[in-house]
Amino acid sequence: MSAADLGIAFGRVAFVMLFVLNLGGLLTWVERKQSAIMQDRIGANRASIFGFRLLGLFHPLADAIKMLTKEDFRPARADPFLFGLAPFVSVFCALVAFASIPFGDVLRVAGREIPLQAVTLNVGILYVFAMLSLGVYGVMMAGWSSANNFALLGGQRAAALMISAEIAIGASIMGVVMIYGSLNMMDIVRAQGRLFWGWLPAWGIVTQPLAFVLFLTAGIAATKRIPFDTPEGESEIIGYFIEYSGMKFGMFAMADFLETVVIAGMTTALFLGGWQVPYLVPDGFRFPWGGAVALPHLLVTLLQVGAFVVKVCAMIFVMMLIRWTLPRFRYDQAMRLGWLGLFPLSILNIVVTGIGLLLWGGRA
Amino acid sequence: MAHAAFFVVAAIAVVAALGLVLRRNAIHGALFLVVNLGAIAVLYQTLGAEFLAWAQVIVYAGAIMVLFVFAIMVLIPGKEETGPDPRRAWRLLALPAGALLFLQLIFVVRGARGGAGSGAPSVGGGVESIAGLLFTRYLFPFELTSVLLLAAMVGALLLARRRV
Repeated sequence: MSAADLGIAFGRVAFVMLFVLNLGGLLTWVERKQSAIMQDRIGANRASIFGFRLLGLFHPLADAIKMLTKEDFRPARADPFLFGLAPFVSVFCALVAFASIPFGDVLRVAGREIPLQAVTLNVGILYVFAMLSLGVYGVMMAGWSSANNFALLGGQRAAALMISAEIAIGASIMGVVMIYGSLNMMDIVRAQGRLFWGWLPAWGIVTQPLAFVLFLTAGIAATKRIPFDTPEGESEIIGYFIEYSGMKFGMFAMADFLETVVIAGMTTALFLGGWQVPYLVPDGFRFPWGGAVALPHLLVTLLQVGAFVVKVCAMIFVMMLIRWTLPRFRYDQAMRLGWLGLFPLSILNIVVTGIGLLLWGGRA
Repeated sequence: MAHAAFFVVAAIAVVAALGLVLRRNAIHGALFLVVNLGAIAVLYQTLGAEFLAWAQVIVYAGAIMVLFVFAIMVLIPGKEETGPDPRRAWRLLALPAGALLFLQLIFVVRGARGGAGSGAPSVGGGVESIAGLLFTRYLFPFELTSVLLLAAMVGALLLARRRV
C-alpha cells in the first residue's frame, strides 16, 4: 500500500468521522434553537466570546468546557470497570456505525477511483445495523454497573425498547434490500438513480413508502429520544445514567445525538436517494423535458456530496420537529407500538414487496 | 500482517472465552461471551465470509446476548447470587466431556487439512452463494430448522402463560 493510498483511506475515514462528530456536537445547539423557535422564545444566546454571541453558537463549546471540568463521580458500590467503560461503548458504536454509509459517488482524481464512503463493505447495510444493535450494551452496562436500582430499571427499559425497535428496523430495511437487490449501501444508492416513466426518481420513499415510515419510527425509538425517551426520562422519571456526571454523562447525551445523525444518514441512503440529485448523471444534468447541462466531474461530485449533507440535515430537522412536538410514550405504549404495530407491518411490507416483485418481475 | 492480525484476534477470543468460564459474576461472563462472539466475527470477516461475520454480530451479539444480559439483570441482581450448587457432583463430568470434545475437534481439524475435496462444497462467503445453497441444496434442513424454532417458540409461550 503506497503512501497515497494510505492518505486516501485516512481522508475518507477522517471526513466521515469529523462530519458525524461535528454534526452531533452542533445538534445540541440546533435542539435549543429549533425548540426556541417552535415555542416562540429566543433561545440560547448568552454565551459570548469578546461580546460576539453568534446566535448562541458558543453554547456547545461552553457545554463541553463545563462537562470536562465537572467532578467525575463514581458510586462506592459501582462496578468500577464497567461503570467507566459503558459511556465509551455507547459513543463508539454510534460513531463507527456511519462508516459504510456512502456520502458521494466515485471520485476520480489523477487516475484513481475513490469511493466516497469510509469503508467499502459488500454487506454495509448489515454493518450499520450491527453497530446500532451493539449500542444497547453501553446503556445496559451503565444501568447495571451503577449499583442503583433506578439506573438498573432504566437500563432494562432501554434494552427492551431498543430490541423492539431494532427488530422493526431490521425487518423494514428488508423491503429496500429486496427492491434494489443488494446489501451494499453504495449499490442501493446507485440503483435509486434510475427514473420511473422517465421523470420520477426511483428513491426508496417512492418504492417503499410504508418501510420509510416504519424505519423512521423505529429509528427514532432506537435513538432513545422523545417521544421514546422512557429509558432516560430526564425530567421526571429516572434513567440509566442517573449516577453519571461530568463528561461521562455528556458522552451518553452525545451518543444519542450521534445515533440521530446515523439514523438520518441511513434514512437518506435507503429512502431519499443518498447522494443522488434528481436528473444529475455523471456528465451533468439531463432533464426529462429535454434540456441538458454539461458539468465537470468534480462539480458533479461536489453537488452529490452537498445533496447528501442537505438531505441528512433535513432528516435531522424532521426528527427534531417530532422530538419537540410529541409527548413521551408510556413504556407499555412504546412496547405495544414496537411489537404489535411496527413489527407486523414490516413483515407485511416484506410479503407485499415479494408479491410485487413476483408480479412485475425483476428489480426496480 | 494478516497473520499477526489473526493471532491478536484469536488471543482476544481465547481470553474472552476463558473469562466467560472463570468469572463468577454472571454479567461479566455474559459480556465476555459478547467479546468472544465479536472476535469470531472478525475472523469470519478476514476469511472473506462477510455475510456470516455481520449476521453473527447482529443475531448473536446484538440480539441473543442482549436478551441473556437482560435476563441476568432481571433475575440475578447482586454479586452475591451464587450459593452452593446443588448438583456439584455433576461438575466432575466436565473434564471427560471436555477432553472428548477436544479430541473430536483435533480429528475434525486434521480431516479438514487433508484437502479441499472433503466436506462441504467450497463457495465464497458472499450473500448470493450462501442464499443459493440455503434455498437449493440445503432447503430441507433449512425449513426443518425453522419448524424447530417455531416449536421452541410455542413451548416458551406455553411455559410463560399464566396458570389460570
